[in-house]
Amino acid sequence: MSPFNLAAINFVWLPILPLVVVTVAAMAVLLAGVRVDDSESEGLGLLTLASLAVAFVFTLGILGQYGVAFAGAISVDSFSAFFELVILIAAMFTVMMSLDYAAENRIPGAEYYSLLLFSVLGMMLMAAAGDLIVIFLGLETMSITVYVLAGIMRRNAKSNEAAIKYFLLGAFSTGFLLYGIALVYGATGTIKLGPIHDALASGAMGSNPLLLAGIGMMVIGFGFKVAAVPFHMWAPDVYEGAPTPVTAFMAVGVKLAAFAAFIRVFMVDFASVGAHWQTVLWVIAALTMTGGNLIAVVQTNIKRMLAYSAIAHAGYLLLGMAAGVRSGPAILYYLLGYTFTNLGAFSVVIALERRGEAGNQISDFRGLAARQPLLAGAMAIFLLSLTGVPPMAGFVGKFYIFSEALHQGYVGLVIIAVLNSVVSAYYYFYVLVAMYMQEGGVEVERLSARPALVAAVGLAALATILIGVYPQPYIASAANAFHSASGAEGSHSAALEP
Amino acid sequence: MIPLTYMMSLSAIIFAIGVAGVIIRRNILVMFMSIELMLNAVNLAFIAIGSRLGSMDGQVIVFFVMTVAAAEAAVGLGIIISIFRNRETVHADDLTLMRW
Repeated sequence: MSPFNLAAINFVWLPILPLVVVTVAAMAVLLAGVRVDDSESEGLGLLTLASLAVAFVFTLGILGQYGVAFAGAISVDSFSAFFELVILIAAMFTVMMSLDYAAENRIPGAEYYSLLLFSVLGMMLMAAAGDLIVIFLGLETMSITVYVLAGIMRRNAKSNEAAIKYFLLGAFSTGFLLYGIALVYGATGTIKLGPIHDALASGAMGSNPLLLAGIGMMVIGFGFKVAAVPFHMWAPDVYEGAPTPVTAFMAVGVKLAAFAAFIRVFMVDFASVGAHWQTVLWVIAALTMTGGNLIAVVQTNIKRMLAYSAIAHAGYLLLGMAAGVRSGPAILYYLLGYTFTNLGAFSVVIALERRGEAGNQISDFRGLAARQPLLAGAMAIFLLSLTGVPPMAGFVGKFYIFSEALHQGYVGLVIIAVLNSVVSAYYYFYVLVAMYMQEGGVEVERLSARPALVAAVGLAALATILIGVYPQPYIASAANAFHSASGAEGSHSAALEP
Repeated sequence: MIPLTYMMSLSAIIFAIGVAGVIIRRNILVMFMSIELMLNAVNLAFIAIGSRLGSMDGQVIVFFVMTVAAAEAAVGLGIIISIFRNRETVHADDLTLMRW
């Protein structure tokens, strides 16, 4: 007999089946790619895409379930499922963008796709975490692989530089997050999210200095990962230097996973001590929106501009978090719209690129509408959605977050946010003007030979419009997901399709 | 028995030294060493709290952190080597291809 009583641990495999699929796929891709030439990695990409689709189907099975697995280490609820599904969608788009890009730029396919899958594993683990250590392990699985992905073009000096900057600041921020976890563990005596929630909700903790320091450290750690000002210094350089599909993956996937854990820990488990952290997030949100938007105005490189735009959008999301539990569903809906919009914008950037060289300047977009009306039209949809123009997803998301914050009396913060949206219109419309009213720019090569990329652009544009024009089901599933994590409402309602 | 305050203070001091090292020093290898120092300070805090609470969690976490730190070291040194091959420098101030 084994001395360990394994039967005492609740081994329910179904909730982690998607994670198992992704892990097995990552190893399979690595093995299958041993003898594949770097310029012929499309097959590996398709294998990756197929396994992500399988994981997606398995994740749908979790929707509507509720509970914990693996002795509380994994939370099984619609919140996990919602984020896992969106992360898997983001990963599938990334693979579609990468198919030709990886082959053309001689990126080693086996390493690239398996690292992508391992990183998805870490992201999903963060979304499904039930204790602080699983959050930490998920974060590191994600981050360590993304450090490598950012620098995967080994002979490209910019890619190197992006990798080392991301690595140093990422590891630095991990130290803060981990110290925060240690202090919260010291204050509450547990690392499991449920018991932490109960300990804090009982009110016995008051303003325990260990707890306060721990919360502060965790804000710093997560602040780095979501690229909030003043912890954003790495983002523009890393976004510019990394291969563009990896940039898209970082701007969307990493942000989704970091927000999933951030929201679950702060808006659910630390909700009862909100007075201690909401003011801090208020200040960070205001700084992030303003800093991101103002610096984006002067950018000439489209990837850098989108990096600052991503920082600004993190600011809007933090606004929702600062405004308290009621805006939770709005944040989830916003993230959904943001995912498709940003992935689409980056796919257009990839379409304009040639061998990772030309096509990254905003001036390269000049006259695009005359040469490629459909591509320019799609880019226009993404830019309008990022600005927040109806009927795009970005508009509904912003409106939803701002109105929830307004309802809770955060007038000052909402005024700052609206003013920032006006500033952001300047730099988004600058690209529109370049596409539609100027001449010059770069030729787009052989778009018809890149069906996966075209599909990514098209699907992202469709989703951006659809989620904006007909938002009700997505808002409903976002609300259901958030409430299933916070336990505020019945989580056993019918399974929803995010 | 050593009071918890002493151990937590020591851990805080070591953590602060690590943070200062990352911010002040410009050699990438030294910055990386400072990050490792931060992680070890956290390990100390976990062990101290774990033994004070009489719970295994703190002790077990340390092994996870050490494993992660090892993986991070492998990747970090790999990146540093590839930078050195391309640029022949390990100085953070020389990495200025991208600004603003």
